[in-house]
Amino acid sequence: MIDVARIREDFPILNRKVHGQPLVYFDNAATSQTPKQVINSIVDYYENYNANIHRGVHALSQEATDAYEQARIKIQKHFNAAHSHEIIFTSGTTHAINIIASGYQTLLGPGDELLVSAMEHHSNIVPWQMLCEKTGAQLKVIPMLPNGTLDLEAYQKLLSPRTQLVFVNHVSNALGTINPIEKLIAAAHAVDAKIVIDGAQAAPHIATDLQQLDLDYYVTSAHKICGPTGVGILYGKSALLNLLPPYQGGGEMIATVTFEKTTYAGLPHKFEAGTPNIAGGIAFGAAIDYIQSIGIDAIAAYEEELLRYATAQLSKIEGLKIYGQAPHKTAVISFNVGAIHPYDIGTILDKMGIAVRTGHHCAQPIMDYYQIPGTVRASFSFYNTKEEIDRLVVAVNKAKMMLE
Amino acid sequence: MSIAAIQEEIIEEFSFFEDWMQRYEHMIELGKSLPLIDPQHKTEDNIIKGCQSKVWLHAGLQEDKVVFTADSDAIITKGIIALLIRVFSHQKPADILAANTQFIDQIGLKEHLSPTRANGLVSMIKQIKLYAIAFQTQLN
Repeated sequence: MIDVARIREDFPILNRKVHGQPLVYFDNAATSQTPKQVINSIVDYYENYNANIHRGVHALSQEATDAYEQARIKIQKHFNAAHSHEIIFTSGTTHAINIIASGYQTLLGPGDELLVSAMEHHSNIVPWQMLCEKTGAQLKVIPMLPNGTLDLEAYQKLLSPRTQLVFVNHVSNALGTINPIEKLIAAAHAVDAKIVIDGAQAAPHIATDLQQLDLDYYVTSAHKICGPTGVGILYGKSALLNLLPPYQGGGEMIATVTFEKTTYAGLPHKFEAGTPNIAGGIAFGAAIDYIQSIGIDAIAAYEEELLRYATAQLSKIEGLKIYGQAPHKTAVISFNVGAIHPYDIGTILDKMGIAVRTGHHCAQPIMDYYQIPGTVRASFSFYNTKEEIDRLVVAVNKAKMMLE
Repeated sequence: MSIAAIQEEIIEEFSFFEDWMQRYEHMIELGKSLPLIDPQHKTEDNIIKGCQSKVWLHAGLQEDKVVFTADSDAIITKGIIALLIRVFSHQKPADILAANTQFIDQIGLKEHLSPTRANGLVSMIKQIKLYAIAFQTQLN
């Protein structure tokens, strides 16, 4: 069980006020808040062993290198990758996707097909469109059903021997839908296609076992899972990552350099040119420790309770429509009230100290599908409470009264 | 009436409100009550693309003054637009270029001018000034 009162003590930001009201933070799908254990790991790094890694012989450099590589191992174990060198540190999910897309420029050509789901974040659409422009490969869309789930029959029909890559998020950022990735992976592998799972929205809520899933590529960001911004990971099976050419040239990623010929370093360094976000990587490790200390299953169970409560309470508001009614969802509620513009509701909620996201959530194809300009999105985390949900309901009612 | 005088009038008007709710209710009323733009000018070309709410802005020259009409799909944005139109429409290009928009801060609506709001208002003010420059050139 979650002791939410005690957990809230770990998050200094939850004590602040916004427009004179105690903050209610319901924008967790955009970024999660940071516990002091993670903040302290950053402070500790800069106060005690800030140094460049992987090259210094001095004590600070070795301590920093050890801490950074320990973080990589923590992440490897958390997601159960076979090897720590299969975990590439990136600046985030978007960067990780771009590394894969860049790598495939030399591996694809006309006649090849890529499948992308209709409920992706723009960061899992645009890099593939750019890849198709460069290679002549074709991007096809796995359609969505009205309840916000993927059309699995259509997916099955789209798969063919021409399919090289499939891109799907584990959880939709705009709707909270949990996609059945086991089935999606198995179907892709049946036609020898590789699959990239965007885990940015799932990692904070669902235990993910990369080996058991037999996943080819997995990408996620630290800042969605109580870590800092500016750091994330690309996971790939060794054989696949070895096949991809490097993404950026520079220091760290080389074995030997002469003006005649440079040879590249092995994994993971091949994809980690330049000085990385060392403090960020270490803090990502601390965030994994923190999440594990609470337990991801306990987190999921408590968030499910919040989701059910919020869905029931918000549904009582006349004219409120929830988008995305998948049977399996994370604690995300995307909604509109009557014809009121989401921006107007978000503005009034902000005045009452409640942080939600409004707009298209960087998933315009979903908004086009529902023919709406956007939604108000409330996304809950394990440090939120039912009392805060009650305040959201009061605030939405007030906004409705003012705006209708 | 000069731009400065209109701004003073708006500041005076808003000084009677005691809290944010009254200010926003007034903004919403302003947004609802004004027919802002001729539907034929609500074209794709006239859209100022903010991230969330759409803003349409049309400008024309009447004698030596610029006449602005505008609209938005979000009501609070529309309320602020109504204020901006009241301040900048039927003014000379040179006066528009010389004016600032500090009154928005003074009436407690500063957050709407933050770029993070992504509501198109910052772009709208920029566009108003660009029209003023264009008409100024035309008049010269």
